[in-house]
Amino acid sequence: MKIAIASGKGGTGKTTLSVNLATALAYEQSVGLLDCDVEEPNCHLYLKPRFDSTEPVSTLVPVVDQDACTGCSLCARACEFHALLALPGPPLLLPELCHACGVCAYVCPEEAMSESEREIGMVGSGMVGGVYFRWGRLNIGEARSTPVIQSVKDLRTAPPLDTVIIDAPPGVACPAVEALRDADFAVLVTEPTPFGLHDLVLAVQTARQMSIPCGVVINRVGIGDERVDDYCAAENVPVLLRIPDDRRIAEACSRGEIFAAGDASFTSTLRALASDLRTRTHERVTT
Amino acid sequence: MSAPGHEPTPTTSVLRETASVLRETASEPTPKQLVVLSGKGGTGKTSVVAALATLAPAEVLADCDVDAADLHLVLEPELIHREAFMSGKEARIIPDRCSACGDCADHCRFDAIRLTVDGHGRTVYAIEPIACEGCGLCVRVCTSGAVEMSDAERGEWFISDTRHGPLVHARLNIGGENSGRLVTLVRERAASLAQETGAALVLVDGPPGIGCPVIASVTGADLVLAVTEPTVSGAHDLERAAELVQGFGLTLAVCINKADLNPDMAGRIREVCAARGLPVVGELSYDTAVVKAQVEGKSIVEHGGSPVADQIRDMWKILQDRLEKTEE
Repeated sequence: MKIAIASGKGGTGKTTLSVNLATALAYEQSVGLLDCDVEEPNCHLYLKPRFDSTEPVSTLVPVVDQDACTGCSLCARACEFHALLALPGPPLLLPELCHACGVCAYVCPEEAMSESEREIGMVGSGMVGGVYFRWGRLNIGEARSTPVIQSVKDLRTAPPLDTVIIDAPPGVACPAVEALRDADFAVLVTEPTPFGLHDLVLAVQTARQMSIPCGVVINRVGIGDERVDDYCAAENVPVLLRIPDDRRIAEACSRGEIFAAGDASFTSTLRALASDLRTRTHERVTT
Repeated sequence: MSAPGHEPTPTTSVLRETASVLRETASEPTPKQLVVLSGKGGTGKTSVVAALATLAPAEVLADCDVDAADLHLVLEPELIHREAFMSGKEARIIPDRCSACGDCADHCRFDAIRLTVDGHGRTVYAIEPIACEGCGLCVRVCTSGAVEMSDAERGEWFISDTRHGPLVHARLNIGGENSGRLVTLVRERAASLAQETGAALVLVDGPPGIGCPVIASVTGADLVLAVTEPTVSGAHDLERAAELVQGFGLTLAVCINKADLNPDMAGRIREVCAARGLPVVGELSYDTAVVKAQVEGKSIVEHGGSPVADQIRDMWKILQDRLEKTEE
């Protein structure tokens, strides 16, 4: 099963839940953790992997054969992203605007366009603490993170996995949607505050629009009000787990420690969450 | 024909196209732009912005966290203008014309075209709107004329009145492309509104991360304030945000929120800041009153009765000084 841990709002505890859940399941089953928050990846700060090598992530950009180009500007006019500037002679490429869609090469009557790779980030993977861990990092100054997210989610080199946990970036824009795509279930982490509730509503809408069943984990219960519970009841969204506001968890997190690694009761809570999720995704497959 | 030396170079054309915000704000005596961001989400950006909005005498507010905008929850805005955000295009396959040849799906680089069964039980291809980037390759590839492109509505933007001045805000549709363009639009409207009303400051609540909406949020800012927290994640994400902001040659100051949660980590953040030449302009205590204020729809300064209110007052004085200095 593929579980995405997501939220509209940042800082609600997605990464905390992801690394703790992965650690609770490690050695019990074959578990993978994919850190898809490639703009600000944090899982590695907790898991502290020592990977020998990382691979670059590249995107394709067009290359113009200056001799073959007749300067007709069909490519620049076809580009919906304004990444090619029509000039007298060959067009000028603005690489940060390019979406690598391939339209320019397709329309070029002279076949003067080829494509080359441009590095925009990296991806690393390997085993750490009984978890197959894969993460990516977008280079600073790059605008489009989706190709790096796709690369993190590419499991062709991974061992067979019973459970895949995806730590998604915050928000509802293209990076969050890319991380959620093809998940069997979305666990939406929120906190019981007005900001938490407002952004949870957006996250539930996102999951529903993508036809991904979802449930809620309310983190830091006790800091705010009851409106998140009221909303979940009214919208028939299951509350999967309530994590009380606990300064011990906050402090362990602040130091980069995995709380579940030293706390048997939290570990069994998370294992129960995983089996609840398995039942829910199994029901979905069979009905 | 003009002399070759007087032709605009490609680079200047590019700059003109992409830096319209910079150009607009660089002309006449313009309001200052203070942008608050964080790298990591949930460090307290919006709570800090709401408090600064209470303290600043005359400002226009801009909420540039367009995928999860929260500032309006504290400011109780009264809507005065709303407009659709149109950007880019989106494709649609007309089932009756689709011959199910699959050429479009083979060519699509975004895996946005998948085989489905239509209302009449026929197997046809359909566009997954959330994955479609609107490049139009499918239209060109299709020999049956089954794909149509239309202008895409990617969200909405608003101007509202609040008790602390006008607020420009927006809502990006789910899976919305071009969040950077929506951010730029919000900032442009806020800047021109400030110019019209004679406001001295545009206060911008930025998005988390370091990608396109963040780049669009900081371009041309007079001062950027990064709100961080004393955790390994907060420190790590602050460094990446700092590298981005300083890479653009912008001035960055740091606020450590919940500084007493982990004093060792707060110390490490101070060291990182010192090494990068970043002033720490505020350190805020961890206080449950901040959430209580949010629940009541108030900023912590309006709520009062918390050391955090005074700490933000002190920070605001420092920020004001720094903003004035950016004139010279």
